Amino acid sequence: MSGDVFVLGVGMTPWGKWGRNFAEYGVEAAREALSDAGVAWRDIQFVAGGETVRNGYPGYVAGATVAQALGWNGARVSSSYAACASGATALAAARAQILAGFCDVALVVGADTTPKGFLAPTSGERPDDPDWLRFRLLGATNPTYFALYARRRMDLYGATPSDFARVKVKNSRHGAENPRARYRKAVTDEEVLASPVVADPLHLLDICATSDGGAAVVLCSEAYARRTGAQVRVRAVSTVTPQFPNTVIEMPNFATDSAAALAPPTLSFRDSIAAAAYEEAGLGPEDLSLAEVYDLSTALELDWYENIGLCKAGEAERLARDGDTALGGRGVTVNPSGGLACFGEAVPAQALAQVCEVTWQLRGQAGARQVADARVGITANQGLFGHGSSVILSR
Amino acid sequence: MPKTRIPAVGSEGWFTEDGEGPALLGTRCTTCGTVFFPKAGFFCRNPDCDGSDFEEVRLSRRGTVWSYTDARYQPPPPFVSASDPYQPFAIAAVQLADENMVVLGQVASGFGLDDLRVGAEVELVVEPLFEDDESVQVIWKWKPTDGGRR
Repeated sequence: MSGDVFVLGVGMTPWGKWGRNFAEYGVEAAREALSDAGVAWRDIQFVAGGETVRNGYPGYVAGATVAQALGWNGARVSSSYAACASGATALAAARAQILAGFCDVALVVGADTTPKGFLAPTSGERPDDPDWLRFRLLGATNPTYFALYARRRMDLYGATPSDFARVKVKNSRHGAENPRARYRKAVTDEEVLASPVVADPLHLLDICATSDGGAAVVLCSEAYARRTGAQVRVRAVSTVTPQFPNTVIEMPNFATDSAAALAPPTLSFRDSIAAAAYEEAGLGPEDLSLAEVYDLSTALELDWYENIGLCKAGEAERLARDGDTALGGRGVTVNPSGGLACFGEAVPAQALAQVCEVTWQLRGQAGARQVADARVGITANQGLFGHGSSVILSR
Repeated sequence: MPKTRIPAVGSEGWFTEDGEGPALLGTRCTTCGTVFFPKAGFFCRNPDCDGSDFEEVRLSRRGTVWSYTDARYQPPPPFVSASDPYQPFAIAAVQLADENMVVLGQVASGFGLDDLRVGAEVELVVEPLFEDDESVQVIWKWKPTDGGRR
């Protein structure tokens, strides 16, 4: 690969629930990222947007919607949809443009306005859409799938609801120090366990909320970075898909692939997401200072510890119990931002929000939630319908 | 006039209740033997296979619980509640040995979390999902075979 791509600037709105037009959040985040980068909007040559499917046509063409809202500047534009992984896919598009030499500096932006409660499929009678069908035929919400994974950990590894609650307690302490987090109150494991069960064994406080928010990243070429002094390097962007047969049940599917005729791949899909990033970066879990992983549920954060190689399968509960993944712990700090537990999910912005946090950490700008001497950070995430998302940054 | 019993809209052809008993209907690629549920109909999804001919197969009626949960709050539309007020129901992910795959389904009415454990045997039944003015819409569900109680 001809040189690296650099993060020149990042920007992010606070997360919350205001119901404003998603483009407003996108513009707010983009302006902060441009200002952080010291780049004028007119100088942006390429805009990559992460789409939102809940905001009509402007959401489908999010790159153009934000570009228009910032004032058309003639930049080339793309919009990507990969569900929760949309931000990483947009980042990959911008990075490819820079690496191909088509442009020097690009803006990547994702923003969303979400409805209250369970995320639901687009309305109307659409029985040819598996996302529609899983709600109609099974009543299977997103937490249904999170709970199936959580119960599996209990059966395979002896995890308990207290182990899950411990993750929320940790993240809430991190998020309490993050001015952009939506939930900034430290919670106790008693509070988690006393919250109502949504999908057994997961309680309300084990499951992330849905939020409004916007995040943006300005990327530039190595030559451009040299002129500006940008320090944060994009070492890898993994947007891998599963390999057949995928033997873990995934949203929004009714069944796994069958492994009757063809043996499953060596790595599960979730394992393969970070593995591809490590391979591209020439780095491994032993090089990490921090990780921002997609804690749609507390139990899923434990799965990610194993999927990104922090420990072997079945050891994640011990890591959490020993405080290894907490700020100041012995191991790789996980979700110093507070994670989805403190933000809630703003789908097309979330993978970029992870990149913003890692950038602040690597620059030493994370304030009270700063990971000491942060040098390498990874993000990990998975979008429904088979979208991997993992970004490795270093300084 | 009695209501007609029909497969829930969207699940037509996914299961049968014929004389051999209830069963999920999948397809098997005649080239590589891979089984698909819901049915694959155009091209085999095994990346090493260029097959495009499929035969319909009945999936195993019995399997073991891979994992399970329940839905304490009413899911949003297009879910239709079978009762008013809403009654929580359980969902199981079931491993089918011969097909080497996991298939989701609601758990049969009258059974709940206390009747389930990972590794327990369940069998396929067809039961009402909900009723509307004209019809009873039915769907496959998983029923614990040992009566369930631990």
